[in-house]
Amino acid sequence: MAHALRGKTAVVGIGTAGTGEAPGRSAIELLGEASLNAIADAGLKLSDVDGIFAATSTHAFPTLSVAEYLGLRPRFVDGTNIGGASFEAHLLHAALALDAGLCDVALICYGSNQRTAGGRLVSMSEPQVWEAPFKPRMPLTAYALAASRHMHQFGTTREQLAEVAVAARAWAQLNPEAFARGPLSVADVLASRMISDPLTVLDCCLVTDGGAACVMTRADRARHLAKPPVYFLGGAGAQWHRAISTMPDLTITAASESGPRALAHAGVSLSDVKLAMLYDAFTICTLLFLEDLGFCPKGEAGRFVEGGAIAPGGRLAVNTNGGGLSCVHPGMYGLFLIIEAVTQLRGAAGERQVKDCDVALVHGNGGTLSAQVTGVLGSAATV
Amino acid sequence: MTEAGQGPEATFRAFLKEGRFMIQRSPSTGRHVFYPRVALPGTGERDLEWVPASGLGTVYATTVARQRPNPDGSSNDYNIAIVELDEGVRMMSRVEGVPPTAVKIGQRVKARIAEVDGAPGIVFDPA
Repeated sequence: MAHALRGKTAVVGIGTAGTGEAPGRSAIELLGEASLNAIADAGLKLSDVDGIFAATSTHAFPTLSVAEYLGLRPRFVDGTNIGGASFEAHLLHAALALDAGLCDVALICYGSNQRTAGGRLVSMSEPQVWEAPFKPRMPLTAYALAASRHMHQFGTTREQLAEVAVAARAWAQLNPEAFARGPLSVADVLASRMISDPLTVLDCCLVTDGGAACVMTRADRARHLAKPPVYFLGGAGAQWHRAISTMPDLTITAASESGPRALAHAGVSLSDVKLAMLYDAFTICTLLFLEDLGFCPKGEAGRFVEGGAIAPGGRLAVNTNGGGLSCVHPGMYGLFLIIEAVTQLRGAAGERQVKDCDVALVHGNGGTLSAQVTGVLGSAATV
Repeated sequence: MTEAGQGPEATFRAFLKEGRFMIQRSPSTGRHVFYPRVALPGTGERDLEWVPASGLGTVYATTVARQRPNPDGSSNDYNIAIVELDEGVRMMSRVEGVPPTAVKIGQRVKARIAEVDGAPGIVFDPA
């Protein structure tokens, strides 16, 4: 039985700004431009926005900063920050607020200039007192520890991890907006610099700039706007830990809880999903989420991705924009999962378009495999 | 040694300064707790008492933080591990006494109090 929120709201506009490199532009400028692009895409006016949902790596009070910068007086705001998964949580929270009539036009937005501002991951995430003395390089160390455990427990190989990076690159080569589009082989990944065993620099996401935004309204209004609505079918989050050393099992994420719950809310089964947008901060993430969301049994994702199975022409379309590994990753990437899913569900993805794409799953990850939020989006044919 | 009003984190650190590796245990459930808390996570029992840790554990996960080498070519790489104590709790630490790449999941290790980032902390040696 699908949840009552199914199909009640829709994403009606998307926008990005400065993805890749945006020298000389600040985080809030990129956020602002992306927001205006998304509002224009929907055929709405800035003054129509009365709900703001935001999280960034540089703003302690993001909804205050966004409202001030854009000159809005929102009726409803949500600045939930659970890392990269924040924006999948915002999708759910915006759907709730819209359905309850607490706002009519919801703007979800993000911006970061971390590449040109310093070239390192910018994070407000505080050091964990029981871990910091051992000088982990977070989040890298956490994902390397998880990868070490997956390899030990299931025989997953570095070659299989590399397959994830190679598949992402192959999709990026079909996306003119992707940042890293050069040739990439499994051998290239294996030969690249080891930075935290077993992960090499090419097992890690990009460090880019970029702003992104999407606009949501209730379904009745969505049908009369500029672009085909992409309906919010369902969503759910789960979280079991903050610091990696307290994660109950380094091979099982809370996606195993959020995924089934989101699919149940949406009233769809995994076999209905034509596109899986999985937050790939590191190659191990894609493997863990393929397993935990149920696309393959636990421990089998390494074998599942072999032979280009998640690359163009493979058995499952995963991260068709090129992912955080090859498209864009400006600190928190979660909103870009939604941008790509909406693009595909509109049938506007050009050379990388997934055939008959009517249901897409977006899975956000935040912290050190900590926050897991799954959303399900669908075309008009699904409601 | 436990001053009135001092929380579990300060108590743990005070024990370390005395050269004692103590962890919390709830007698009513038999469960151990790390890191130190005011109650058992999930169920909230507050009957936590301090008991000596066995100091024995097993490497649960491990990585090597790769660093730029020294000018003489020697390595600055270091180990970061998650160790599961025999009491069933896990902690982040490092295994010393072997090259960082030689630390293996499943390896038996023994705790030692050492200076970690300027304060007493728990590191491990191969058991």
